[in-house]
Formats: sequence, structure tokens, C-alpha cells
Amino acid sequence: MSAHTDESALADPALLAKVDPVTLPKPALVENEHTLHWVTERVCTIVEDSTPRWWWVCFILACAMASFTFVGLTYLVSTGVGTWGLANPINWGWAIVNFVFWIGIGHAGTLISAILCLLKQKWRTAINRAAEAMTIFAVMCAGLFPLFHVGRVWYAWWLFPLPNANGIWPNFRSPLEWDVFAVSTYFTVSCLFWYMGMIPDLACLRDRAKKTWRKYFYGVLAMGWRSSSRHWNNYEMAYILLAGLSTPLVLSVHTIVSFDFAVALVPGWHTTIFPPYFVAGAIFSGFAMVLTIMLPLRAIYRLHDIITQRHIDCMCKIILGTGSMVGYAYAMEFFIAWYGANPYESFTFVNRAFGQYAWAYWIMVTCNVISPQLFWFKCIRENTALVLVICMFVNVGMWFERFVIAVTSLANDFLPSSWGYYSPTIVDIFTFFGTFGFFSVLFLLFVRFLPLMPIAEIKAITPAGTPHPNPDTNHL
Amino acid sequence: MANIFPKWSNFVPIKIILGIGLVVTAVVAGITYYGTPKYMRVGYQPIQPVPFDHNIHVEQLGMDCRYCHTYVDRSEHSNVPSTNTCMNCHSQVLTDSQALAPVRESAESGEPIPWVRIHKTPDFVYFNHSVHVNRGISCVECHGQVNEMQTVYHAKSLSMSFCLDCHRHPEKSIRPVDEVYNLNWEASSPKEQEEMGKRFVHDWKINPPLSCSGCHR
Repeated sequence: MSAHTDESALADPALLAKVDPVTLPKPALVENEHTLHWVTERVCTIVEDSTPRWWWVCFILACAMASFTFVGLTYLVSTGVGTWGLANPINWGWAIVNFVFWIGIGHAGTLISAILCLLKQKWRTAINRAAEAMTIFAVMCAGLFPLFHVGRVWYAWWLFPLPNANGIWPNFRSPLEWDVFAVSTYFTVSCLFWYMGMIPDLACLRDRAKKTWRKYFYGVLAMGWRSSSRHWNNYEMAYILLAGLSTPLVLSVHTIVSFDFAVALVPGWHTTIFPPYFVAGAIFSGFAMVLTIMLPLRAIYRLHDIITQRHIDCMCKIILGTGSMVGYAYAMEFFIAWYGANPYESFTFVNRAFGQYAWAYWIMVTCNVISPQLFWFKCIRENTALVLVICMFVNVGMWFERFVIAVTSLANDFLPSSWGYYSPTIVDIFTFFGTFGFFSVLFLLFVRFLPLMPIAEIKAITPAGTPHPNPDTNHL
Repeated sequence: MANIFPKWSNFVPIKIILGIGLVVTAVVAGITYYGTPKYMRVGYQPIQPVPFDHNIHVEQLGMDCRYCHTYVDRSEHSNVPSTNTCMNCHSQVLTDSQALAPVRESAESGEPIPWVRIHKTPDFVYFNHSVHVNRGISCVECHGQVNEMQTVYHAKSLSMSFCLDCHRHPEKSIRPVDEVYNLNWEASSPKEQEEMGKRFVHDWKINPPLSCSGCHR
């Protein structure tokens, strides 16, 4: 009986009229009701205005920093790999740490451009271009370390399975070889994605260009884009296809990087949790780096209406989520070491936390597990300076995570007679320090010469760009 | 903006891609042919200070390789003989020959004859002559028909894949141990070589190293 009454009540139009639906205020993704033209101006003037003084200062500083890598690598090539601090028993030191660190940073770019695209997260549009650029430059920095650790760099092409006069192939059973495929595929797809997304904006810059060299420069890069419907149709299709293609890459690349460790038998490396744990860590560090870069840019170019508090909130929450996963993984490693009752593994983990590298372990825990938990609080997410500081902590923490994994396990493994302590040499330090300069040089050039944000996609999410404007509700 | 790109520029990217493809193919083909040991080493035939003729000594006079290369079956290095070895015979034979004047001078002064080296394994390769000749790998497999050479030349490529071909399929090159220094020996048929080779590989427990450290120690 009662069911029948409910049905008739639902169908009662008089009752429906009384219902007052709750309107959930959703913050706009582009604030302050700007026109579509404003978006074009905002993005294009970054490239078109005369070079600001801060840019030159940063660029020269970045070049000076990058020269450290140049000096370090030149010395390495002319002298030999022995100039790095690698020695028995720690044959994997800073080189692999830096490689994994930079590769991890690159993961935010693909996550934002691929997975968030497929999940229709519209807030990604403001940051995806810069994040993709960051990915590419980070992978370039990462690539330097495996490239130069071979010593004779001119033989680095031996990493690829090319037929050769020696009658040999690379070892296909080695995860290091899988790395070559994973990272090179990742780099190629990221470049394609980045460049293809830029074509309409490059055409826009071409059409606005006043100087001849700019007309030719952007004209060549725009590849004849005319903004016709057919062009847009193809563009959207290609974008979705590339998004689908790079989605597995977000997971595969760092999974394979984790295999470098997990496939070995060294206690502390030989664990099945590594792939998901590494992927979470990579996204964690990637988003921290995106915020580290985007917050200063937002302040300098006054992009507060495009990169809103909602964007920062979203990224902070991703950092909080992945940071908690990383913390869970740290705890689970200890649990399994105890639960698995393998004396070598238990020793390794106790040694990590309380042994000779305890200082590195606790820096890692503080930066990676404790500091992102502050993002539970709205007041902290709204304090831009504090967000930047926490992201810096995460960047540092994620470098130490790789250091702890690579070095502590090797320093004290099965044979106490061959235990050791690893210290980097000045060449290691120079090379790594300089990669931040190398990265900054590339990023500054990107900011100055290429469109920082996808103009058309931002227009699509502005209130002015909504096809069915309704003053009462926000359609986003 | 006026159109600054003429119509022909539509085909420039395709032409560039095709051009790069052609250049890469040419470079790869060129290096494959001209840049590998098959071309760079094979046929190297330097003029020696003394025109020593292996053909006369081995084929006409029937000398064994080990009369001069004394340590080939006992050492990793196959030695080039000292002048004393030459003088064992040439103190009696052809004592007035003009061609042998450097040999007599060397014997008197004690200064070795400056033979020009032809076959050389790189510093980073460990090669042991004695293990090969004592396990049925003849001189001819790496050095060619030296018994027929009037002037010695580099006959085989001696590239890494040359070594590996044999290490991967030793049964194709192995022969009875007492025929190692008989450079004209051949199995009666390829089938016979295959069967006999497999038997030797099994019986003598031939297990040629294929790991890096087998040769790059």
C-alpha cells in the first residue's frame, strides 16, 4: 500500500512545484566573466610582448646552472665513469636516483593530458600545455643519466636492437632494456601530443604576427592550420586517439622503471608492491613540480583568472591522495618485511629506518608522508606561498625516496663483509645540479616562444563560451 | 595575414622526409659495406721485409705449421719465429740469395726482422690459440689457406660476429685433432662434417663461451 502512495506522491505536480532543488555553487574555471578575446590576448601577449627583464635574469642564471651539467659530463666523458661515486658494493648511486627522479616528474604531464582528458576533467586545460612541456624537458634531463653512464656515449645506440657487425642483440631479458623502449616511446608520444595540441595556437600566433621572422617561424610550425571545421574535427579525433595511446604509458613507464629494482634479488628491491608504488610516487612528484612551476608563472603573468583556486585545490588533492598512497606503500613494505619472515628483508627495512642512512629515510618520510597531509586543510590549500613550500618539500622528498631505495639496499645486502657507504663525487653533484638549469633553460624558452596554454580549449570552458548560457546556474 | 607560403611549400615536408630517408639509407648501406671488417680488414696484404713464401715451405717442402709457430698449441699466443729458426736451414740452403740478405743480417746482429703484423685481436679481446687448435679448430678457420699464400694476407673478417658464428655452431668448423695442421683437409661431405662435428662437440664437451666475459675479460 505504502509503495502505491509514494508513487502517486512523486507524480503529483503540485508537490513537485514546491520542491526547491539545492544549487551547489561550483567555482568557475575561468573567473570574472571575461570575453573570448580576452583569453586570446592573455595567452598570446606572453609570447608577443617584449622580453621582460626577469626572463633575461632567469635565463642567464639558468644557463649558468646548466653549464655545471656540461662541465660534469665533459669531465666524465674525457676521464671515465669512475669519476662518479659508484664503487662496490654500491654500483647504482646518484645516476639512477636522478634518472628515476626526473622521469617521475614527467608523469604529471601525461596524466593531465591523457587520463584527465578521458575523464573529462575540464580544469586540466589551464595547466596541460605547461605540464606536457615539463614532461618532455624532465624526460630529457632523465635521459642524460643513462645516456652518459655508458661512458662511451657514441656507442649509446647499442641500447637499441639494431642489426650490427658484432652479431649480438641487447639483452631482452633485462628490465634496463625495457626501460629503453618504455622511455623512448613515452618521450615520442609526449612530444607528439604536446606539438599536436599546440598547432591551433601556433596558427593563432602566426595570424597575429607582425614581424616577418615570426610569420615564418609560427607559419612553419602551424603546418597550414586554417581553423576549418574539418581541421577541428580531425584535431579532436587525433587528440582523443593520442590520449588513449598515452593512458597506458602513464602506468607502464614507471612500472618498468620499478622493474629495474623489483626484478633484482636484492632485499628491499625484490617486492611486488613496487610498480603501483612507483607510479603513485611519480604522479605525486609530477604534480608537486607542476605546482612549483605554475604558481610563480601565475603570479608573474597574472593568470589568476585562468589558473584559479579551484585548479590549485584539485592539484593539492591529487598530491594528498598520491602522497597517502606512497605513505601506505612505505608502511606496507615494513609490514611485508615482518610478515614474510625473511631475515634479510627485515634487516634491510630496520636498517633503512635506523641504520647508517636513517637521516635520508626520515627526510623522505617527513617530506613525502607528513607534509602533504597538510593539504587536508582548506586554509593551507588557499595559501599559495605555503602550497609552494609544501611542493618543494615533496620534490626533495621524492628525490630522497629514490636515494633511499637505490643506495640503502645495496650498501648493506647479504654479505656483511662487503658492506659499504656511498658518497657522491663532485662530478655527480655538478651533473645533477646543472640539470635543474638545463630544465629551466628549456622551460623559459618554451614560455617565451610557444603558447603557454591551449587558447581554444580555455575558451570552451569560459562562461562566455558556453553554448547555452543560463544566468542562474553555472554550467561547469 | 597575406599568404606567405607559395603552393610548392605544401610538398616540402614530404620531400624533406623522403630526402632524410634516402640519406639515412645511403649512410647505413655505406657503413654496412665499407665500414665493417669484411671490407676494412679482408685483403690486407702488407709488403714484408723478407718475401717469405708459405706456399713453398708448406706445400712443396711439407713443413708443419708448428716448426716455426712453435707455441701455437701450448700458448695463448702464436709466436712468429726468431731468425734462428730460419737459419736452421738457411745457413745451408740458398746462402747467397739476395732476398735472404735481411735474414742473415738479422742473425748476425741479433736485431729481429721487423715483420709487419697482419692479424691482430683488439686489446679488449682475450683469445687463446692453444684451446682452439687442441680442440679441433684448424688454423685455416681464421687465417684462410695460408699454405697457398705466397704473401700472407688477411683472409677472414675476424669480426665479433665471425667469432660468434663459430661459437654458436662449433660443429660446422670442428675437425679431427690430428688434421688441425693439415690445411687442405675437408670432410667428405657437408653432411659428414655435420655428423662428425656434433659427435666431437658432444664427446669433447665443447662449450664455447657466449657470455661477454668469455672473451672480454
